[in-house]
Amino acid sequence: MSQNNDKTRQGQVIDENLKRVYQDMLEEKVPDRFLDLLTQLKEQESASKKGGNAK
Amino acid sequence: MSGDPRDEIVQHLPALRAFALSLTRNGALADDMVQDSLVKAWTKIDQFEPGTNMRAWLFTILRNTYYSNRRKAGREVADIDGVHTESLSEKPAHDGRLQMSDFKIAFAKLNDEQREALILVGASGFSYEEAADMCGVAVGTIKSRTNRARARLAELMHLNADEALEMTDGATMAVVTGNRPASVG
Repeated sequence: MSQNNDKTRQGQVIDENLKRVYQDMLEEKVPDRFLDLLTQLKEQESASKKGGNAK
Repeated sequence: MSGDPRDEIVQHLPALRAFALSLTRNGALADDMVQDSLVKAWTKIDQFEPGTNMRAWLFTILRNTYYSNRRKAGREVADIDGVHTESLSEKPAHDGRLQMSDFKIAFAKLNDEQREALILVGASGFSYEEAADMCGVAVGTIKSRTNRARARLAELMHLNADEALEMTDGATMAVVTGNRPASVG
């Protein structure tokens, strides 16, 4: 019975810490390189579409 | 033509980076992996089924990138050895919170599959079914990986039954009285 309680408590402590670590990672600012990359991919695509039409 | 699903990708960047970091435990490597995954996702968007979970799809691309890199590089190339040598001597603090650095060290000692399962299910909030789908394994496999990961963490953190008892007054009371602590923290 009490061992059951301990186990539950253990699981809680682990999950709380896990979520805290993950939350810290989520709150990190996304570096501009990724936003730049997405913009670049978009531009490349629309440029190649235009190029394709011109041919 | 309206509503390119790729416009949604940007919303998932923080989660994608967190997942990458938890797999690689190396910031530079994680960001390179995110970059590769973004390019793949962008060019293979026709493989994404509209209406399904975009984050799950992106995570799947990222983990495939990670495991294929790992296969190419040979197993266990990441710098966990440095982490391995540090010992986990600290007991849980008496407010019930573990030392965060110790938790991270313990977390890094899990194998890739356990760490992944724990992040997907325990932290990101995916269901066992979704996680199983993303990892290409049975639901039971994900369940046993998360269970073993939790058990291993408890062991590494010295969270055995005796120490659990002394962790918080609330927890001790709960065991004594059979009630759950009203609130923790």
